[in-house]
Amino acid sequence: MKLTMTAAPHLRSGNSVRSIMLDVLIALTPAAIWAVVTFGIKALVLILVCTAGAEALDFFIIRFLRNKKSFRPDLSGSVTGLLLALNLSLAVEWWQALIGVFVSIAIAKAVFGGLGKNFFNPALVGRVFLLISFPVQMTSWFSPFDLQTSATPMAILKEGSSRIFSLQEMFLGTIPGSLGEISALLLLLGFGWLLLRRRVSPVIPVAYIGTVALMAAIFNGVNPAFGSPLYHILGGGLMLGALFMATDMVTSPMSIKGHLIFGVGCGVITMVIRFFGGYPEGVSFAILVMNAFVPLIDMVSKPKIFGKVKSNA
Amino acid sequence: MKLPTFRGGVHPPERKELAKDVALRILPLPEKVYVFLANHAGVPAKPVVGPGERVKTGQLIAQSNGFISANLHSPLTGEVKEIGKYYHPTLSKPDDAIVIERTSEDDWELLGPETSFEKLSPGEITERIKQAGIVGLGGAMFPTSVKLSPPKDKKIDLLVINGAECEPYLTIDYRYMLERANGVVRGTLAIMKALGVQRAVIGIEDNKPQAVAKMSEAVKGTGIEVRKLITKYPQGAEKQLIFALEKRVVPSGGLPLDVGVVVDNVGTAYAVYEAVEKGRPLIERGITVTGEGVKSPANFVVRIGTMAQELIAFAGGSDEETSKVIFGGPMMGMTVPKIDVPVVKGTSGITLMKDTLPEEEFPCIRCGNCTFVCPMGLQPFLLNLYGSARQYDIAVENGLMDCIECGSCSYICPARIELVKNFKLHKKIYRSLKGGAKK
Repeated sequence: MKLTMTAAPHLRSGNSVRSIMLDVLIALTPAAIWAVVTFGIKALVLILVCTAGAEALDFFIIRFLRNKKSFRPDLSGSVTGLLLALNLSLAVEWWQALIGVFVSIAIAKAVFGGLGKNFFNPALVGRVFLLISFPVQMTSWFSPFDLQTSATPMAILKEGSSRIFSLQEMFLGTIPGSLGEISALLLLLGFGWLLLRRRVSPVIPVAYIGTVALMAAIFNGVNPAFGSPLYHILGGGLMLGALFMATDMVTSPMSIKGHLIFGVGCGVITMVIRFFGGYPEGVSFAILVMNAFVPLIDMVSKPKIFGKVKSNA
Repeated sequence: MKLPTFRGGVHPPERKELAKDVALRILPLPEKVYVFLANHAGVPAKPVVGPGERVKTGQLIAQSNGFISANLHSPLTGEVKEIGKYYHPTLSKPDDAIVIERTSEDDWELLGPETSFEKLSPGEITERIKQAGIVGLGGAMFPTSVKLSPPKDKKIDLLVINGAECEPYLTIDYRYMLERANGVVRGTLAIMKALGVQRAVIGIEDNKPQAVAKMSEAVKGTGIEVRKLITKYPQGAEKQLIFALEKRVVPSGGLPLDVGVVVDNVGTAYAVYEAVEKGRPLIERGITVTGEGVKSPANFVVRIGTMAQELIAFAGGSDEETSKVIFGGPMMGMTVPKIDVPVVKGTSGITLMKDTLPEEEFPCIRCGNCTFVCPMGLQPFLLNLYGSARQYDIAVENGLMDCIECGSCSYICPARIELVKNFKLHKKIYRSLKGGAKK
């Protein structure tokens, strides 16, 4: 009998960073499969290049540049890579995607200190970098199956067009858009998995989507050209953003109250951009801007310490 | 109706089934006991016997040596062999112990004749509890008589008897409630009289329905209430327990007596009964020997100072694959490096675990789970950040000293960060920087 001395508690929950990341990957799988089904083999190539590339780069940086010899892949790179891929247009080439991966992992994540230390959602930083670097490819959208260039529902709202998508098309995912954003149904399905596994709290998505709906209802009431609440919820990147990007643990606040503030902030900025900005879509920017506010939000949303009297503090 | 509880908390595997149905067994007297002078919180007792001296069971062998200190009595009839250094299970280092070798069966020296608490005055009851060296048997080992002598300006109106036993694996309080219910009730009544309170509540988690039934039966006609609580760790932490039962909030840095409450463990209440009515000082207690590493988990009544090794042998011996021997339960207990370590007054269990290798630690991914489970409303990740950066003052501003060390944060952390271990260290450093208490 060889005894070891360890610190209490001697029981630990089954949670691990790796199991959380794996659950996020599983949750994104339906949307990824739908991307391949609707957009074909090139979508598969982009998804694989981004996911594998991000995990490999993350491993390389930690194992060799930071010289952590015992490091085993934690799947956090894959999550970033997959999210980036799902944010891309089919028009993006694989080498352009790899540049996005590099920006996500090496710059947005590693430079800040690696997993847990980054302020901004790495996948969104990569996406925005690509949007600025390759504006043509990043804003050319294809419609599913027939792969004709086509305006997204959000662009239609901005620029006007004859083609109007039905809510059913938007919900099921037979609309043009980025690889992973088009099917609200499959994204919700994946998010359900995360809820089931108790990996996330629903507060951020509910606050985010709720704010979008409320603002859309108000503006739409004043002028129908602003689009209906459901159109705003289903027509763009909101589902993907609210369910999977804004809920990124590392770059979101750490209390329920903080989640609420964060979600509402994301919603307001998204709608301001959609209504008044130069881009048809504002989800990425909204989340990135709110990422910057997380330390502040954390500071004002601390839970109340049991037994602490405010006046004494 | 929704059962009362507190904010936060976790649900570790309970594993009570290992030992819960094994009846209390009074173990045969050991040949030797090792009674630590530090068998309680506070100042170690001062020995009043020396090597070679003959002692009777229950005879005073070391005297309380300060306000927060407690008497020690001989657990055996025999001869004092030495006062030597032995590994102390909660101080985690060798410390002074009086070693007594048994020469015969018990020849008792009682504190006084058998009586009933009704015949004693409140002051006499408290004095008897003090003489008997009774300390909190839940694990904290705080001298009970001190709790029963609150400062004049604190009005106590409620006694809470802690039968939550929220610590996984342990079943000793459960067995005491089932098999020694009347003693627990007599002890509770005695403490009520000592405190001069009209109300007492026994709180029991709802995973122990038989204990609830048995205690409800035993308290009939006494006015003592038995209340069910939600099964959630750390339900038995006193601040959480008081909140769950009465919605009273013990102020930060304060004690239960600040809200008019005294909390005693079920085992302590029983010890009070034995001292007050039987005249027996605290020389034995109940201990659960359990875990996947013991062959037949059991609940024993054991003399203080018995080697853990002997208890494990009575529980059928240990499995070769046992990797941890824990004094206490798996959430708050402490590992020992060997099994020849004597039990102390606060040892409620010995848990042997077959364990996998230590998990790898990841960086904090800010999941917030530690914050959600902290029963004290703290942000463990933040305390850890400040503490590790040696910003102890800021950590304290954020509630470091409010941490009750329950371990819920470490339990839930997906990155396997040793949060509570770090907090214990940070608190110690902060106290010594402030020139405060030792320990």
